Amino acid sequence: MINRKAPPAIIDATDFQLTLKPAEKYTLDNGVEVYAVHAGSQEVMMVEWVFFAGNSYEEKNLVAAATNGLIKNGTSVKTAFQINEHFEYYGSHLNRSCYNETSTLTLHCLDKHIADLLPVVRELITDSIFPAEELDVFKQNMKQRLSVNLKKSDFVASRMMDVYLFGEEHPYGKYSRHEDFDALNREELMAFYDQYYRHGKCVIFAAGNLPAQLPQLLNNYFGTLSLNAPVISAMPKHPLHPAPGAGQPIRVNNDPDSVQGAIRIGKLFPNRHHPDFMKMQVLNNLYGGYFSSRLMSNIREDKGYTYGIYSYLQNHIQQSALIVSTEAGREVCEPTIKEVYAEMNKLREELVDEEELSLVRNYMIGTILADLDGPFHILARWKNILLNGLDEKYFYDSIHTIKTVSAEELKGLAEKYFDPASFYELVVV
Amino acid sequence: MIQFERFVLQNGLRVLVHPDNSTPMAVVNVMYDVGARDEDPAKTGFAHLFEHLMFGGSVNIPDYDEPLQMAGGENNAYTTNDITNYYIQLPAENLETAFWLESDRMLSLAFSEKSLEVQRKVVIEEFKENYISKPYGDVWHKMRELVYTTHPYRWMTIGKELSHIEQARLEDVKQFFKKHYSPSNAILVVAGNIDTPKVKALAEKWFGDIPSGHKYQRNLPQEPEQTAARRLTVNANVPVDALYKCWHIYPRLDKRYYTADLITEILSGGGSSRLYQRLVKEKRLFSHIECYHTGSTDAGLLVIEGKLVKGIQMEAAEAAIDDILSQMKKEVVMEIELQKVKNKTESMIAFEDMSVMNRAGSLAYYELLGDATLMNTELQKYHAVTTDEIRQECNHIFREENSSTLFYYSNN
Repeated sequence: MINRKAPPAIIDATDFQLTLKPAEKYTLDNGVEVYAVHAGSQEVMMVEWVFFAGNSYEEKNLVAAATNGLIKNGTSVKTAFQINEHFEYYGSHLNRSCYNETSTLTLHCLDKHIADLLPVVRELITDSIFPAEELDVFKQNMKQRLSVNLKKSDFVASRMMDVYLFGEEHPYGKYSRHEDFDALNREELMAFYDQYYRHGKCVIFAAGNLPAQLPQLLNNYFGTLSLNAPVISAMPKHPLHPAPGAGQPIRVNNDPDSVQGAIRIGKLFPNRHHPDFMKMQVLNNLYGGYFSSRLMSNIREDKGYTYGIYSYLQNHIQQSALIVSTEAGREVCEPTIKEVYAEMNKLREELVDEEELSLVRNYMIGTILADLDGPFHILARWKNILLNGLDEKYFYDSIHTIKTVSAEELKGLAEKYFDPASFYELVVV
Repeated sequence: MIQFERFVLQNGLRVLVHPDNSTPMAVVNVMYDVGARDEDPAKTGFAHLFEHLMFGGSVNIPDYDEPLQMAGGENNAYTTNDITNYYIQLPAENLETAFWLESDRMLSLAFSEKSLEVQRKVVIEEFKENYISKPYGDVWHKMRELVYTTHPYRWMTIGKELSHIEQARLEDVKQFFKKHYSPSNAILVVAGNIDTPKVKALAEKWFGDIPSGHKYQRNLPQEPEQTAARRLTVNANVPVDALYKCWHIYPRLDKRYYTADLITEILSGGGSSRLYQRLVKEKRLFSHIECYHTGSTDAGLLVIEGKLVKGIQMEAAEAAIDDILSQMKKEVVMEIELQKVKNKTESMIAFEDMSVMNRAGSLAYYELLGDATLMNTELQKYHAVTTDEIRQECNHIFREENSSTLFYYSNN
C-alpha cells in the first residue's frame, strides 16, 4: 500500500536554474531595431511593430486610439474590406492595440505566408488614408460600446480609480466620453499618423519558428522607411495630479438594481526602476496575487464573499499603482473592505512564517518557468524588459529577489506601503 | 501530427501519453465524463458547484493547492454542458506531485460541510457577477429555454436559478461523486517532458488501486425536431437593443458539423466576413454582430447575435440578416471565400496546438468522444467541405421552422 498522506519528494522550485533565452538583435538599414526569438516546433510566427504612438503623445483625447484603431481601414489603393480579406485569406490575424506609451500592430501567421503579408503591413504604415465614413462608423460603434460598458460597475470603478490615482489629464487617468468620440476628426488622425507612424519611431519584435529569410524580408519592406525619428522620446513625462480623497470611503451608485459592488482599493507605487519594486512583487503575491494569497484565502475561501479577489501592481512604464480589486455581493462589500485592511495590518504587524514565504517563492518561480515556455512568451518578457528601459539583469535580479527576500524585509515593506489610510477606497454599485 | 500512446488500467482508467521534450514542463489533465447535461432538472448547476468542491480537500490531502504550488505548479478546472476538466502544469521533475493530488481526489473527497457552505456562496457570487450584474447577462438563460424544450442543454452550467445552488446538500455531493468521479468515467492525459514507461509506472502506482466504480450510462432525453419558429421578446435595463437568432445544428461527431463550423466563419470570421461587411460597414444596422456555434457534444446551436445601431428597428435588422442567409441558400459561395475560411481554420489549429496544455485537453476530449486519433484528422475533414455542401447545409439549417429569435429591447 502506498502512503497517500505523504507527499512525493519534490525538487524545490527555487532550485531550478531559470534562463531567459536571448533575443537576437539586428538593425535594419534605417536604424530600426529588430528583436527576434527563434523557437518552437509549430510552423507559426508573430511579428509586432511597436510605435511610440500611445496616448501619451496625443494632444486631444482618443486621437492615438482612433488612429491605431483605424490604421487598417483603408489605403489609397485598398478598401478596409480588401485589407481584411487579404490578411484573412492567408489565415492570419493583424491586431492593433493602443497603450499609454506605445501603440502596436501585431501579425500572427503561418510561416509559409509571411512574404505575402509583409508588403501589406508596409502599405498600412505608409499609406493609410482614414476614410471619413470609416471614422463615422468607428465613432458610432465605439459610443455604443461605451454605453454598454458604463452599465458595468467594474468598468466604471476601474476608470474612476485611475482618475483618483493619476488625474484626469494624465495619460493613465484619461478616459473616453461620448463627446470625445464626437470631437474626433479625420485631419487630426492623419496628422497623428504622419508624425507618429509614417515618420515615427518603431521597434520590431518577432518570434516563432522564424524563416531564415526574415531579416532580409523585414529590411526590404521596412528598412527604407523613416521609422526611426530621433525626436520622439520613448518616455514623455506628464505630471501626476492625484485627487484628494485617500483614506476616505468613496461610494458611487451607478445602477440601482445592481446585486454586487465593484471594489477598488488603490494607491500609487513607483515603477520598475525603484529598489522596492521587485520585493513588492513578492509581498503583493503573498497578499493578493495568487490563489493561496491572504486575500483569497480569507475573503473567498473562508467567507465566500466573492468569486475572486486579487491585488496587483499596474503594468505602467512611468508610474505604477497597487490595486486591490474584486466584485462582492452588495451586502458584503463593507465586511470585505474591513478584511482587506485587516490583512494589510497583519502584514505590517507580524512576520510571515517560513512555510508561507517558501510557498509564495515556489509559486512565483513556477509561474516564471511556465511562462518561459514557447517563443511568444519569451518574446513578451523581452518586450517588457526593453520597453521599460531595462536589460536582462532585471530578469535575473527578480529571480534572485524571489529566492532571497526575507520576512523582515517584507514586513518593512508592508509598514512602508500598507497603511490603509493611504489608499483610495472605492465602491461602485 | 500529434503523437501519443494509450493504455488502460485494470480499473478502467484510460491513460494517454503525449511526450514533447521541447518544454521543461509536464501537464496532467483529468477529464471526467460529466457535465451540466447530466444534472437533475431540479438540481441544476451541480456539476459546476461540484468542480469547486474538488478543491476543498480530498480524503488524505487536506489542501490541494499548497502542495502543488510548493512544487512550482499551477492548476485550474472548468465545467461545460458536456464535461468537467481539471488540469495541472508543473515542472516535469515534480510530475509525481500531480499524480498524488489527482489520484487522491479521484479516490475520495473530504466532503467537508464548511467547504460546501463556502463554495455555495462563492458560486452564487459567480452567478451574480456573470449573469445578473452584467448587461444582457440573462440572455442565455432565456435563449436556452426557448431553443431546447427537452434536452438538458436547456440550462446553463452555472445553473437555472440561484435557489438550486442554495439548496445543494452534502448528501447530493456524495452521490454525485459516487456516480461520476471514478476511473471508469475519467480520462487521464499526461503530456510534456515525460516518457511513457515512467507515466505507466506512476499511473499504476497512484491510480491503479482506485475502485473502478460504475460506468455511467448516459440516457438523456433527446431534443425533438423543431417544427415551428419560436420568438421571445424581452425588455430590460440595457443601453441598446440586441437581436439573437439560433438554429439547431449537428452533434460533434456528425460530418456536417464541419460544414456548419465553416458557415459560421463565412458569416462572421473577421473584418471581411459577410455579416460584418454588409450589416456593420455598408448598411450600418448593427454596431456589432457575430456568428458562432456552441460546439457541444450533442446537437448544438448556430447563433447570430448583434447589437443594433440606435434608431434601427428590430424588424429591419432581422430582415437584413435574412437577406444574407437567403443569398447563402441560393448562391454557392466562391471557391476563394471557402478557401479563406479553411486557411483560417488551419492556422487556428496550428496556433492552438502550440501549447502542450491545449494538446493535452484536446486529446482527452477526442478520446472521450470515442477516439483520440480524431484530433489528427480534423483538418482533413474541414478541407473536404465543398461549396455545394455549404449551400445545401445553409438550406437545411436556416429554415424558418428551425429558428428561435429573441428581441432584447432596451428600456432606455
